[in-house]
Amino acid sequence: MSEAITRSAPSQTPLLVLDQLKKYYPIRKGLLNRTAEYVKAVDGVSLNIVPGETLGLVGESGCGKSTIGRSIVGLERPTDGRILFEGADISKLSGSEMIKLHSEVQIVFQDPYSSLNPRKTIGSLLAEAVKVHRVVPSDKVVSEVDRLLDIVGLPKTSKSRYPHEFSGGQRQRIGIARALALKPKLIVCDEPVSALDVSIQAQVLNLLKQLQKEFNLTYLFIAHGLGAVRYISDRIAVMYLGKVVEIGPTKELFRNPKHPYTRALLDSYPIANPHLRDRERIVLEGDVPSPVNPPSGCRFHTRCPMAQAKCREEEPLLVGEGDHASACWFSH
Amino acid sequence: MNLFKRYLGVRQQPEADLIAIASEGEGEPKGAFWRRFRKHKLAVAGLFVIGIMAVCAIFAPWIAPYHPSAITDSFGEGPTWSHLLGTDQVGRDVLSRIIFAARVSLSVGIGSVLISAIIGAVLGLISGYFGGWIDGVIMRITDMFMSFPYIMLILVVSSIVGPGLKNIILILGLLGWPGVARLVRGSVLSIKQTEYIKASVALGYKTPRILFNHILPNATAPLLIYATSGVAGAILDEAALSFLGLGVQPPTASWGNMLASAQSLTVLTDKPWLWVAPGVMIVLCVLSINFIGDALRDAMDPKNRK
Repeated sequence: MSEAITRSAPSQTPLLVLDQLKKYYPIRKGLLNRTAEYVKAVDGVSLNIVPGETLGLVGESGCGKSTIGRSIVGLERPTDGRILFEGADISKLSGSEMIKLHSEVQIVFQDPYSSLNPRKTIGSLLAEAVKVHRVVPSDKVVSEVDRLLDIVGLPKTSKSRYPHEFSGGQRQRIGIARALALKPKLIVCDEPVSALDVSIQAQVLNLLKQLQKEFNLTYLFIAHGLGAVRYISDRIAVMYLGKVVEIGPTKELFRNPKHPYTRALLDSYPIANPHLRDRERIVLEGDVPSPVNPPSGCRFHTRCPMAQAKCREEEPLLVGEGDHASACWFSH
Repeated sequence: MNLFKRYLGVRQQPEADLIAIASEGEGEPKGAFWRRFRKHKLAVAGLFVIGIMAVCAIFAPWIAPYHPSAITDSFGEGPTWSHLLGTDQVGRDVLSRIIFAARVSLSVGIGSVLISAIIGAVLGLISGYFGGWIDGVIMRITDMFMSFPYIMLILVVSSIVGPGLKNIILILGLLGWPGVARLVRGSVLSIKQTEYIKASVALGYKTPRILFNHILPNATAPLLIYATSGVAGAILDEAALSFLGLGVQPPTASWGNMLASAQSLTVLTDKPWLWVAPGVMIVLCVLSINFIGDALRDAMDPKNRK
């Protein structure tokens, strides 16, 4: 675990540390509801996020990236491992301590259509968050709501409207305003732009960037597409089947991907320039193996074009020079 | 990857949306609830009917021409000018009795449904939200209540605690909640999976707030439908109990026991004014409440723009 912890980019004290985080979901079977097997959604992930940076987390659907995000905001209880926020373990907090934590760590969800309560006006939605955590004195709640709407670029008249009256991009901005209402330090963005049109994606990403500068926010940006992640992240961690396979600064990772899975992800992205299309590409075949019985050794060996006998037997650790590390036997 | 670079120019996002929103006009107006409610013509009529009944029930002593149990000088006579709906065999004015009976029937209907809706909603919310063994215990109790024949149970209980208005309300209320609990639990199970509930948890809201402020409002549609049909059902149950002699006891009038006292063949064939009027009142009341329930469901949904 330590080799990944030392992998944090600048030599600052990290805001958030994931230490060998594991989340297993039991599969219950039979008459007695016995736990027969576990879905190993997250299987030993260690990450660092320093204040002010954006860590991108990418991987295919089901690789456990959303589970990590949800564990950080307390929506899931990790099976094992620690989540340190400002040095304190938050994975085992009791109810009331958890509530305090929530004003420090917030989440923006993927689907802007289901993440806003359809029966509440935007004004009451935001005011509630402000009031419950007593962010401002009660006579200033209205102006605080106005301020939040202004920050995300929505007019004050939106207050009396219901979520269904807004477009996807506007709703996502309301979701961001709600997360900002508690003045958090860390925001987990759980695929915040995946459900939006490309042009709207750019708007929301720019808004996130601008907010980060303005309020010195730290982001964990979860996505399955590399485009958005590349645009917004300082560092990127690539996940496969519940493990981080490569982590590094964005530019470095895109210029020099070390893990064959990262290379495959990069190659799967369409290239606009037809003259550049002839290069050699790694195209993955088959499906992701089941997280119930992950492959032995390197988890990627069943789909890896470079796999050797060693990959089937021994599991590679996440190692590398500087802050760019990968978990592959043949990448160094 | 270059897609995003291309859109870097789109930095002035707020302006674009300001225009879009401004062109839509003002936000949801205050009267939207009523506007949507008024679309249901039958519900407006129903509200009118129930309103009249409620006024009659509240101001019964001033509206009714006679005291409900006062014996007048005509016995079992048809409608006349002094007794608009005739008199029964004992000589009591049918119209006055109907007006006073509205008190009993409406309070049985509304009172018992309030009790069962509150119990059912709370248990359903808890059961659906917490799941696990809590859910198991509550649902098994519900199953137990539901596996008894309903009318039998009511008959037994009311014969033990004795008839009377208060007892009828309590019995119907305390036995009516399992259906509500099931219904609410079902909607809670799906609502608690939504991201806006996850967001409420992540925002650090306490569980009661999430249950009553976020989940319950989204589960009101089925609850309302059930409650309105429940009011109708309770009025009918009271009528059935009175018909069997276990309801509100004479001389207090209820629509049900007025029907019950008109069950002999000679009355059915020769003195229709004794049973037509209470029967019509029950039908009118039940129908009106059902229509109002439909309209309420539509009116409470902000997405409904009809």
